Amino acid sequence: MIDEDPDNGTGGAPASPEPDRMGAATDTGAIDALIDLMARLPGLGPRSARRAVLHLVKHRGRQLAPLAEAMRTVADTARECLNCGNIGTADLCPICQNNARANGQICVVGDVADLWAMERSGVFKGRYHVLGGTLSALDDIGPEELRIPKLLDRVVSEHVSEVVLALNATVDGQTTAFYIAEQLGEGVEVTSLAQGVPIGGELDYLDDGTITAALKARRKF
Amino acid sequence: MDWRDRGTLLSLRKHGESSVIIQVFTEGHGLHAGVVRGGTGRRLTTILQPGAQLEVVWRARLDQHIGAYTVEPLQSRAGLLSDRLALSGLNAVCALLAFCLPERAPMPGLYTLTQALLAAMEDSDDWPLDYLHWEMALLEQMGFGLDLTRCTVSGRTEGLTYVSPRTGKAVHAEAAGEWIDRMLPLSPALVRSEGVGLSDLLAGLATTGHFLANRLAPELGDRPLPKARQRLVDLLARE
Repeated sequence: MIDEDPDNGTGGAPASPEPDRMGAATDTGAIDALIDLMARLPGLGPRSARRAVLHLVKHRGRQLAPLAEAMRTVADTARECLNCGNIGTADLCPICQNNARANGQICVVGDVADLWAMERSGVFKGRYHVLGGTLSALDDIGPEELRIPKLLDRVVSEHVSEVVLALNATVDGQTTAFYIAEQLGEGVEVTSLAQGVPIGGELDYLDDGTITAALKARRKF
Repeated sequence: MDWRDRGTLLSLRKHGESSVIIQVFTEGHGLHAGVVRGGTGRRLTTILQPGAQLEVVWRARLDQHIGAYTVEPLQSRAGLLSDRLALSGLNAVCALLAFCLPERAPMPGLYTLTQALLAAMEDSDDWPLDYLHWEMALLEQMGFGLDLTRCTVSGRTEGLTYVSPRTGKAVHAEAAGEWIDRMLPLSPALVRSEGVGLSDLLAGLATTGHFLANRLAPELGDRPLPKARQRLVDLLARE
């Protein structure tokens, strides 16, 4: 059913042409193009893209038009923060602009998605640094390809007292963490996130790697 | 066609949105690649880490296809994640194997040595010497083995002090002659399995490194050796 919202975006224009006798809709190039573009998004394929586009068209006033406007705004303004690598709409992201976040702590993450995950928890009150990946021996990704030199500069210029390494608990993530810790040396406290049993986790369902790490990192109870 | 085997995961890279292509050094089928569907999912990412020992089933319609793996974990190397030197060793082993090994050529002897080395990295502090001997075995397997049993000039078996950088054979101190400045040291670490100091170990790694970089790598398309190996050597030098 077409949305009865008066602000349906048609502006009184004539309805779309009736499907021809063969059952194929005519003049749907723009809609097909939209479906094709949405089908390329992560998690979407042609079928789910068609469903999404049909939903948007049926609710064009409430969803399609605002979505198009928001996408246009982000396309025009989104950029990497010059300081930390976060995504924002100005040269400095809101976290780097917030003086209250300059508490001497920097949390190092591999990707913007990790930064957003940390921010969702609401626990960390310092600033971030996004490396843009991890060192990889096999893919020949070295420190120059990551934002490690910039991190070292920030530790000095921002008078950082603690660097929290929030990198993935993978071979590449931990290799990167050790490398960064070496580069930082003794002048700053270097800490890392704990690794082990997740909240709600049952031992019977954990892999042996997680159990091993948890046992190694055990502490007095 | 299909087969079942066990192996060590060396590398993985994303393939499409949810799959990965992994390279596994298997016991019976050598270095073998395959697609793992759903490899980026939460369950498999914990399993598919470099160094992990896996049981794998490989299936393909034709032998020359890349095929698909299903994997089950046998042994994780998570215990190495908190040890900087051992993690560096793991990276060096995986990088060198991925760099050197031809595809689909079984090397059961090297496979067994590799498993023993990775186990030693978790259990023993003396594994760096095992690593040096593993590099010697790798060179042997690739056709650049060192012959340190007798002098290549005089045939003598005692007083062997140098290694010829060209042939990889031992040279007696008196037989080196005018080439003495070009000789590589025959470190005790190359022939002993214990009682070796750090300087001897590093000298041994310099010798194997010479053959890896100057004899083996040129035969493999003249690519530089993986940086992971030099990083391990650098860390050992700082110990």
